Amino acid sequence: MSQSDTSTLKTADGISLKLSLQRSLRRKKRNALLLVAPLFLFILITFIIPIAYMLVRSVDNQIFAEILPTTAPLLAKWDPLSGNTPDEEVFKAFITDGKVAAQAKTINRLGKRLNYEKSGISSLFRKTGRNLRKLEPEKLTTSYKEALIKIDKKWGQVDTWEILHRESGKYTKSYFLSAVDMKYDANGMQWKDDDSRIYLNLFKRTLWLSFLITFLTVLLGYPIAYLLATLKTSTSNLLIILVLLPFWTSLLVRTSSWIALLQKEGVINDFLFAIGLITDEGRLAMIHNQTGTVIAMTHILLPFMILPLFSVMKTINPSYVRAARSMGATSFTAFRRVYFPNTIAGIGAGGILVFILSIGYYITPALVGGTQGTLISNFIAYHISGSLNWGLAAALGTILLLLVVALYILYDKIVGIDNMKLG
Amino acid sequence: MPENKEDYLVRFENVQKSYDGEILVVKDLNLNMAKGEFLTMLGPSGSGKTTCLMMLAGFEPATHGEIFLDNIPINRVPPHKRGIGMVFQSYALFPHMTIGENLAFPLEVRKMGKSEREEKVKNALDMVQLGSFADRRPAQLSGGQQQRVAVARSLVFDPDVVLMDEPLGALDKNLREQMQYEIKHIHERLGVTVLYVTHDQSEALTMSDRVAVFDAGVIQQLAPPNILYEEPENAFVADFIGDNNCLHGIVTSETENGCVVKTEDGSEIKANKINIAGVGKPSTLSIRPERVIVNPEPGQVPNVFEAKAAELIYLGDHIRTRMEVCGNDNFYVKIPNSSHHADLNKGDTVKIGWNEYDCRALDATNN
Ligand SMILES: Nc1ncnc2c1ncn2[C@@H]1O[C@H](COP(=O)(O)OP(=O)(O)OP(=O)(O)O)[C@@H](O)[C@H]1O
Ligand SMILES: [Mg+2]
Repeated sequence: MSQSDTSTLKTADGISLKLSLQRSLRRKKRNALLLVAPLFLFILITFIIPIAYMLVRSVDNQIFAEILPTTAPLLAKWDPLSGNTPDEEVFKAFITDGKVAAQAKTINRLGKRLNYEKSGISSLFRKTGRNLRKLEPEKLTTSYKEALIKIDKKWGQVDTWEILHRESGKYTKSYFLSAVDMKYDANGMQWKDDDSRIYLNLFKRTLWLSFLITFLTVLLGYPIAYLLATLKTSTSNLLIILVLLPFWTSLLVRTSSWIALLQKEGVINDFLFAIGLITDEGRLAMIHNQTGTVIAMTHILLPFMILPLFSVMKTINPSYVRAARSMGATSFTAFRRVYFPNTIAGIGAGGILVFILSIGYYITPALVGGTQGTLISNFIAYHISGSLNWGLAAALGTILLLLVVALYILYDKIVGIDNMKLG
Repeated sequence: MPENKEDYLVRFENVQKSYDGEILVVKDLNLNMAKGEFLTMLGPSGSGKTTCLMMLAGFEPATHGEIFLDNIPINRVPPHKRGIGMVFQSYALFPHMTIGENLAFPLEVRKMGKSEREEKVKNALDMVQLGSFADRRPAQLSGGQQQRVAVARSLVFDPDVVLMDEPLGALDKNLREQMQYEIKHIHERLGVTVLYVTHDQSEALTMSDRVAVFDAGVIQQLAPPNILYEEPENAFVADFIGDNNCLHGIVTSETENGCVVKTEDGSEIKANKINIAGVGKPSTLSIRPERVIVNPEPGQVPNVFEAKAAELIYLGDHIRTRMEVCGNDNFYVKIPNSSHHADLNKGDTVKIGWNEYDCRALDATNN
């Protein structure tokens, strides 16, 4: 039968075969969509929208145009490089907008926002707001400019206006700049002074500790997974329960028990002291520093390494190693050349899981990290609930997200994501 | 066959094996393999064949007894020093290596030079007609091709002995038969000693120089294929190899070569005395279906009985007929589909008979 015949093929009741096939496929598709719809909605609301909101938040600067609506476009036209303060009409617009904002009590919010750029602006705005509320622009005898400078002489400085000019747009780079320890000054964007740099070091520390923790989980998890995969099923099932046991207790309890173990007066130090390995003054500082973070997180994330490794090792046919041995390989060579290469998929899966979990880990470093063992997520949390600088928190979060994506792509390039096996 | 036991390449001496300390999986195994021999272990599932291979390859220790390879006791020699090639039922080709790398592996671990290695790999692949597949991964080959690679890999480092554990188990019937010939030809060409395991009797019969029939951890009979078929020593072998009819009875008299066995329904059958316990003891008679003669000429054979055709199965070249005879309603007879074959219908009663020599009186079994 030739190809063209298919279009004329009919089902028993006379409908074209193609059409009826399409219909039945459409029904299938619709059913599939219905099945995933609840999860899709859930993910949309709890995951995709918050992430999108975070991305927007990290550059969002609508607040300026909202609070000073007529000033914003006028100020945008001013050239700060001219060395002069803006024209009279900008001052007029600022006083008009400012008075409205002062009465609505919103002007302090803008002050707080601009204070991130230069400290002192917040108090300038509060003072200006207080005065503008009383000021009656119609009865002014001087120019608007002089009136404003009378409130505070900072309004006569180009610096002040330069900051306002820079942050008058709808979007801002400034959160991202602070997230990578940069700032504006007279010469444009600059690195901050060494002693006020925080975040780059924190990112570096987060990456380094995550690598270290991932490496340690591989080191500790590999032999366990191997044991589990080679034991009788009945025994290995029992041992897997032991591996999973930590999941049944609260994360907080597990972390706090590390405090009990590792602190200066804790079990381990007491023991080492008792057997005379250390003196009373020489008690080891193993908690509230990086050591504490690494030990506690390695312990907590270990199951995430063991389980993918185990499930990959379980699928490795034991006759591979036997074949290698029969062909003359020592047991070490057989492991290195045959067994290990077949477990790389599991190491990759477990590694990426542990790494991504630890790069964003929060509770454990917060409890046992001290100042030296905290990670970037602790600072994100601080800016969200402590300093309320959500823009900076969002920028830090976005950078973290980009880092993870970049590492993921790197991993895909090197190992190949298809090689990843979770079970 | 060599005369001195020292001339055998592989020797199992009183080997026993137990995994759990309670059940002997291999009971007192004594087996000698000559150099260049193709010996097959044939037996039902769980009879201990793989266990024997694993002991020889060094992956399972023998619980008792000694295994010799070239007169060297190898119980304490680790697997990689035994120089034994192995083909696994699952092929066990390394999935992360190409075919070429798989074949080069045993040569690499022997620190062979690159050029020599490549030469050998190429020869081995050519031997199994897969010369152009060196760069493929095992997953890109069909089952039969993987199987051939596994055979080539087990031979590429010129081992003295190659063990094959049901290497054709996963193949379909046609491919299997083709591979049987290929393996057999390779064996003949290279003169390598092969210990082969299967539970397919026709495979064992076509390929082997000798076959060891295993059951319950014991070699029931070790003989060349034709002997095994024509002169089984016990009822298990008779039943396991080829089609067989069993008749149970009591030995009533015994002469130098023959004996008479009386079945439950009173028929007295003259039989070839092979392995019986003596007069008054039970015995199992074994008669091959193709040795049964339908409507024999008077005086042609000593054993003639009335039989009723209970079932006829048309099989093209012959008709397999189930008959009731001597109290056994499971007695099969092969009637050749020749132009003058007996025109038999279901329910007909005919005379059937057989020679004394073709009816072998063996030990009593329960089945
Ligand atoms: N590792 C083991 N641990 C305990 N018992 C085992 C082990 N391997 C095999 N057995 C037991 O030993 C007996 C013989 O096993 P073996 O694998 O040698 O049989 P086989 O003849 O190769 O059977 P098959 O034809 O099914 O492969 C079986 O009863 C089996 O249950
Ligand atoms: Mg087996």
